This record gives sequence, C-alpha cells and structure tokens, in this order.
Amino acid sequence: MENIKTSRITKINDDLSDLLRDAGYLEASSCIQCGTCSGGCPSGRRTAFKTRTLMKKVQLGLTEEVLSDKELWFCSTCYKCLERCPRGVPVTDVIIYLRNLAVQRGYIQGPHHALCKMFYKTGHGVPINEEKWSKLREHYKLKGIPPTTHKFPEANKEVQSLLKSTRFDELTKVGDYDLKDEEGGE
Amino acid sequence: MIPNRYPFIESATNNVFEKLNIELIEMEGASCCPAPGVFRGFDIDTWLVIGARNITIAEELGLDIALMCNGCYGSLLEVNHTLKHDKEKRRIVNEHLAKIGREFKGSINVRHVVDILYHDVGVDKIQQRSKYGRKTPLNLKLGLHYGCHLTKPSEIRPWNQESEKPTFFDELVEVSGCKSIDYKDKFLCCGAGGGVRGAFKEVSLDYTREKLENMKAAGIDVIITACPFCHLQLDLGQVEVNKIFKDKISGPFNIPVMYFTQLLGLAFGMEPEELGLIRSPDLTGIPPFIPLKPVLKKIGVKV
Repeated sequence: MENIKTSRITKINDDLSDLLRDAGYLEASSCIQCGTCSGGCPSGRRTAFKTRTLMKKVQLGLTEEVLSDKELWFCSTCYKCLERCPRGVPVTDVIIYLRNLAVQRGYIQGPHHALCKMFYKTGHGVPINEEKWSKLREHYKLKGIPPTTHKFPEANKEVQSLLKSTRFDELTKVGDYDLKDEEGGE
Repeated sequence: MIPNRYPFIESATNNVFEKLNIELIEMEGASCCPAPGVFRGFDIDTWLVIGARNITIAEELGLDIALMCNGCYGSLLEVNHTLKHDKEKRRIVNEHLAKIGREFKGSINVRHVVDILYHDVGVDKIQQRSKYGRKTPLNLKLGLHYGCHLTKPSEIRPWNQESEKPTFFDELVEVSGCKSIDYKDKFLCCGAGGGVRGAFKEVSLDYTREKLENMKAAGIDVIITACPFCHLQLDLGQVEVNKIFKDKISGPFNIPVMYFTQLLGLAFGMEPEELGLIRSPDLTGIPPFIPLKPVLKKIGVKV
C-alpha cells in the first residue's frame, strides 16, 4: 500500500469565521459536524465535495485550501443542507459567499469566466447568438427579438454601467469580449 | 433561457394565462435576473444590484413580477426580500442604481407562475377549464420535477415551510386528468444549477442519470417541469446522458419532458403544435430533444 501523505494542519485561525461573521453568516461557527448536510447532498454522493468537511475547514481557518479547491464549485445550490441543518447554519449561503472570496482571489472556472464576459457584453448568460433561436420564437408567434436588453441597447448600457459601478468588470476581468478561446454556453 | 432557447414555454404560459383571464404585461429592458447559480456565486453585491434593476422595471409598471423559471424566482424573490428588509444593503444598492436614474422602492412582489395559479386562481377553477379530470382521465403517468429554488429556502416562500414533501405542484398538474407518480428521490436536484452544468457538465449529467433511472423504474411516461433550466437538463441532458453514460445505463432513456403549462394547455384543448410539443421541422438543434409524439399518440391526441 502506498504511503498516504498526512496533511498536517499547523495553523488554526478564525480568519474565515471572522469574514463570514462580518458578512452576516454568524452561525457558521456553530456547526457541530453532525453530517446532516452531507447526508442529503446530491453532489457529495457522486463527487469529492463533502459539505461537512468544508464547514470544518472553515472553522479551522484553512482559507487558501478552501478557496483554491475546485470542489467548492461542485455544489449545485439545491439548498437541501440549509433547510435541514439542525443548528440553522445557512450552509448554501456560506458556500456562495466562499465562492465570492475565491473569485476575489482569482479562482474561477474557465466556462464561468466566459459566462461573465457574455453577461457584460449582452446582459444575458444565455443570449440569442444564432438566427435559429429568433426563427424559433417567430414559429411560436412571438417577436423574433424579445423585449430584453437584446431589443433595448440603452438597457444593455444600463447593465454595463452597473457592472462597472460594482466593479464586476474588474473582478471577473471581462476586459476583452473574445470568447473563442473559452468553453461554455448552451 | 426561456425567451432565447425555450420560447414555447413563453407562448404556452401566455396562452394558459389568457384562457384564465390573467393579463401578462411584458417587462421592457430586462436582463438576466442574474442567474443565481453563477452570478450570485461570483459577486453577491452585483447580483443584488442587477436583480434590483430588474425589479425597478416592474415597480415602474406598478405590477408584481410573474416568473416561469425557478432560477429567476430564486434570484428575484430573494433580492426583493433582502432589500425590503435590510436598510443598509438597500442604501448601497440604491447608490449604484442612482447612477442610471433608478431607485428600488420595495413596492412590488415577486411570484412564480405556479404560485399564481395555485393561490390566486386555485386548482378548482383551473379544473373547470380542463377537458379532463378524475372522471375523464388522460392516461399519462407523470413524473413531477419540482426543482430546487421553487421551494427552498422555504422560510420566505409561500408553501408553509414545506420543502421535504410538498404536493401543491402535483395538485395543480393533476387537473389535466393525469396521475402524478411517486418515484425514488423525487425531490433530487436536476444537477444544472449552481454553475455545475456550466463548468462540470458530466457531474451535472450524473445527477440527471440518477433521476432518470428512478423515473424509469417507476414507469413514468412524461416528466413535468416548472423551470427551463431543469427542463433543458432533463430534455437535452437526457440525450447527453444516453451518449456519455452509454455503458453505465441499462439502455437509452426515452422519457419526454413537458413544461407544466404545455400540459395545462393540452388539458384546455389546445393543439400540440402550438404548445411546442412537436418539433418545428424547419430548424435543427432545437427542443424538444426527446420526442413527445409517441406519448401524445399513446393518449390519442391528434398529431
């Protein structure tokens, strides 16, 4: 049997707990590791993502380990854990906030990055990017272009102004619109 | 996703609401809600601001928002609730909105169309419009897929805190004279949300494979959805599951998917073609991806 490398924790701190508390997720510290979250998690039963372990890592303050881990993005935000947690820890909301922190550190999946660019450019995650979708709308007696940011360029500009105002554009580096080099989209 | 990929969900819902004398006014200049599974995960503040902008469009019309998508419902319901109750967050959001001449006032409500039909119209009234019922059943076994954001987090949703075993969607859909069948892990997530389909498609499809296996084992004829993303995941996703899990499953799945207003439309006597149940022959790569024709023929609906 191969030697399994022990990952010793040499530093325990309240960094993540403090950040979560300041953001309004005080209850994250009250997790008692009962495992109800992992028990119902649809992701955990098929991926390496273990909700209970994540909460423990948060309590231990293993910031870089938590935020750099791809597993953080295996949660489908079904909210089952949040509903069932006996300590009222808003687990899903904690995961979402940790994702925010991860993105702030530059940890984002390729297809998600492409999605941000698409959102900045069109105001949509799933835009009308081929003629067939307009034709399909017309087939069902709808106007080919829906009355969204697609139809109203001023609305598209409003959204872009807001994305600049919140600095979303800087955060997700939407600078150039070239989407050819990244996967993603339906 | 509905206007740009599943327009028949839009038109079927419009038709059903028209028959129930509820007027739906189009919002102009709306953007992505923004999709909770992805954009909320990237930046919560941006999600609040863009969501608030969409809400201000409805506030200017003085109307509640009606949504056909669980994701949009998850976003807009929660943005609306947060900003109605958190003065500080509201102040910050309005600082951003002021730059484009908008202001969140907290004057309207956000509703899912299932909520509107169930609570405002009522199952009995909708049953009266249906050609079918318990005495004249439409013999289809339905596998209902509630989806996740429709019922969770339950605290601010209109279902009496019920998220483990709700029945409101079953009651609504059974006006069609079809039976909603129980199946293993009925409330399992479809897998699309949370950015999972976007970044890890195979992982999302494994959720779908599990759901389809459970539905197949229960003998379900048609899957019923209340969300276009779940719909996409179970429809196009079914084709994808058949391909990439070919060696893992006993055989290809063939359970077609209907958005619930398509079924209600059928019950009201509308034509399958106008409801989007038959694929338009002129275009390729468009839904429905799992054909509905065989199921419709089975129940004697003329195609």
